[in-house]
Amino acid sequence: MPIPAPFVAGAHAVLPVLPGVATFGLISGVAMVGSGMSPVAAMAMSLLAYAGTAQLASLQLVAAGAPLVLILFATLVLNLRFALYSLAMAPHLRGGTARMKALYSYLLSDNGYAHFVARYASHPDDGGKVPYYLGACAAIWTTWQVSTALGIGIGTRIPPQWHLEFIVTLTFFALGISLVRDRAMAVAALTAAVVAILTMHLPYRLGLIVAAGAGIAAGVAAERWTR
Amino acid sequence: MDALTVWVLVAGLAATSFLPRGAFILFLARLQLPPAVQRGLRFVPAAVFAALVIPDIAFAGGALRLGLDNPKLVAALVAGPVAWRTHSTLATIGAGMAALHLAEWLLAR
Repeated sequence: MPIPAPFVAGAHAVLPVLPGVATFGLISGVAMVGSGMSPVAAMAMSLLAYAGTAQLASLQLVAAGAPLVLILFATLVLNLRFALYSLAMAPHLRGGTARMKALYSYLLSDNGYAHFVARYASHPDDGGKVPYYLGACAAIWTTWQVSTALGIGIGTRIPPQWHLEFIVTLTFFALGISLVRDRAMAVAALTAAVVAILTMHLPYRLGLIVAAGAGIAAGVAAERWTR
Repeated sequence: MDALTVWVLVAGLAATSFLPRGAFILFLARLQLPPAVQRGLRFVPAAVFAALVIPDIAFAGGALRLGLDNPKLVAALVAGPVAWRTHSTLATIGAGMAALHLAEWLLAR
């Protein structure tokens, strides 16, 4: 069976972001075993969740002694952006079986969504949407899983004195700073930071949720005032 | 982390990662989110990242430590400008890890 041309086009379109995907996968693999997960559990987490930021956030919270319910709630909040992508993608992915739609959902990623929108937002009637999406997703997914496996392999050989767990903190630090492109986003991040320090004494790291909520509210308010 | 906790975490994370992705593609194909909610969602990553990271940097052993005797804070002060200038996760990690180890070494002397 020949590979459909849009599938190849989708895979080709995401090539520029694959080094970044591979780097993040490598980091997350190293960080998972660095936080004390077994290589099997770390790989299972990567395959089943396929959500790098949520995976790293859960490790950070486990290390901080947060209870499981709060950890899962926090990862759900972090993954809410996928619901936005899901909303935007749904009209383009109608008509398949439920099993196929489950596959489309599982494969949804920041980069896959961004490239699909870049290709089809201005030409919504062009054909080949599903194979294009699957081609982009396949390239990203394969890169992510292989680099995670490599990271897990490397991570088990690194001694704990190297403080690999701090890589998680630095990753979010870098991601957070790169997100701050306008004043409202800066207000959201700074508010969340200050409230997180002020609420550190709350039990079960509830301060995380309070601080994130305060940051989001401050961002929305700042956007309204500056307009 | 004991083995059971890890596997419950893996299963839970699988669910909390799949549900938002399937929300509209698989489950609620006809639903629209109100614009106010969509505006708020834009701020979720930055707010959550800040709330996750800042306590880890600012606290050591349960106490707030905002001095240069806190190696993680020193590392963040070095990594912050690197992240701002380069927008590179890898460069930020490199600078931050180097600063962390240098600060620990200097403080131990």
